[in-house]
Amino acid sequence: MMSVPPSWFMALGALLFAIGAAGVLIRRNVIVMLMAIELMLNAVNLTFIALSRSLGSIDGQVIVLFVITVAAAEAATGLAIIIAAFRNRETVNADELNLMRW
Amino acid sequence: MTAFNLAAIDIAWLPICPLIIVGVSAMAVLLAGVRVRDDESQGLGVLTLALIALAFVFALGLLGQSGIAFAGAIAADNFAVFFELVILISAALVVLMSIDYLPAFGLSAAEYYALLLFSTFGMMLMATGGDLIVIFIGFEVMSISVYVLAGFLRRSLKSNEAALKYFVMGAFSTAFLLYGIALVYGATGTIKLGPIRAALSNPMAGNPLLLSGIGLMLVGFGFKVAAVPFHMWTPDAYEGAPTPVTAFMAVGVKLGAFAGFIRIFMVHLGPVSPDWSIVLWVIAAFTMTVGNLVALVQVNIKRMLAYSAIAHAGYILVGMTAAGSQAGGAILYYLLGYAFTNLGAFAAVIALERRGVESDLITNYRGLAVRHPGLAAAMALFLLSLTGVPPLAGFLGKFYIFSAALNAGLVWLVVIAVINSVISAYYYIAVIVAMYMREGEAVVGALGRRPAVITALAVAAIGTVLIGIYPEPYITGALHAFNSAFGAALPRTASILP
Repeated sequence: MMSVPPSWFMALGALLFAIGAAGVLIRRNVIVMLMAIELMLNAVNLTFIALSRSLGSIDGQVIVLFVITVAAAEAATGLAIIIAAFRNRETVNADELNLMRW
Repeated sequence: MTAFNLAAIDIAWLPICPLIIVGVSAMAVLLAGVRVRDDESQGLGVLTLALIALAFVFALGLLGQSGIAFAGAIAADNFAVFFELVILISAALVVLMSIDYLPAFGLSAAEYYALLLFSTFGMMLMATGGDLIVIFIGFEVMSISVYVLAGFLRRSLKSNEAALKYFVMGAFSTAFLLYGIALVYGATGTIKLGPIRAALSNPMAGNPLLLSGIGLMLVGFGFKVAAVPFHMWTPDAYEGAPTPVTAFMAVGVKLGAFAGFIRIFMVHLGPVSPDWSIVLWVIAAFTMTVGNLVALVQVNIKRMLAYSAIAHAGYILVGMTAAGSQAGGAILYYLLGYAFTNLGAFAAVIALERRGVESDLITNYRGLAVRHPGLAAAMALFLLSLTGVPPLAGFLGKFYIFSAALNAGLVWLVVIAVINSVISAYYYIAVIVAMYMREGEAVVGALGRRPAVITALAVAAIGTVLIGIYPEPYITGALHAFNSAFGAALPRTASILP
């Protein structure tokens, strides 16, 4: 059976990470930014799994479990913060959350 | 795949005792809070203080032990214990500032103290981590708790905005740190710091995987320590957050982040330091300069202290660029003095705060010396120490770091740092001028007369003066802590002690 070389997974991970980073920088809806951050974390997970496989070490796969947990905690906290802000401002647009400048 | 050997994981509870105490305390405080009303929550603060003191005693007991446990995942060496002690002192001072702040601003205490303890736990875990994943978990436990704390004034639009900006930028930087860890893991084949160092001793210079990994980790830590150009979130998060939380962000988060940053970069990525030290040089120069120049035009004291915190991160980065064991000891001493000084300055800001009134402007400090000479004197002391006026802690901290940098041959960086120190005098002394030489209606809030806030101010002032005028035990302790943990791994450098 033919197998996909690990460098392809690494490249896919890098591409997804770049898409996520671009999403955070370009999109102005905070919830979309949160989704883009999740995409970045999952791109890293893919990289870890690919490296773990090619290095023959279990560490990379253990890390991924921790990262999934952290990402879940982060998403829950982030959504709570977004809801708290939305209750007061009725907007989730990053450009309108601009009370403080300089 | 390597076989999983349980016996190889040497489980030792003693080195992580302070961590366990802080973690369990957080949950205990949360449970105890069920029966406490928000307007009489002082008891909960006292309980938190007692639990922090207990962890402090256990951490003191760990001094002088090697503390390597869990197959190297935990490294409770003297470096880690030094950071744990300073972090616990900072947490205790922040609790003292919060005891009366919470009821005055109508905040629920149980969640507040629990989150404070959880983030303290994260900071201590970052200092104690012996592999990249433990440091990452500590980083996240610390950050996620502080995101929530920053938005704790739920009805305040500014606090909402501070939490949101801090969260988005923080989570963004976390992803960079994690990707950096992944690439370093790919380049070296391990996540344990010791073996990473060993792997780097083989010629690896120019390995693209390693270089991009180091660069991405630098971005992740750069965000957390608020280094330019990753500092955009700092002033907003500091201004909007409740002031005790701002104090905790400026001191505690910085301590935790620098603990991990120093352990990873200065020590275990030391063999490839030519690859990253030039980048750190540039970041340090920009961090100092931008922090100080933008601080000049601030009218809000919390925002001014935020830019001042950015500038101080720059001075610490000068020490990291210098590398070597003497610079490491100098940074530990600097952070100890910085903790007392900066917490004191924020305690003074809290003393002037009133609910529902804009009281954070520097113009609000006019005439404070007449109205409340003690408070004005304390604030002046902290500001002079931040400027770096002898014989206070801030002066000697800078002196030791700059000496170490000079010994390492970083003449131009030290020149930039000294020029920046002079620039910083302008905006620190502007506040002193407002307090002592301007007529005004400075009003001390009810918080300024509460014993807890006054205790915090007094402890911070004593620390700032004592560490400055009698530095021997602290600087030798800091040098010893760094050397006993990492001395064998680092090149010996000329002593910074006269």
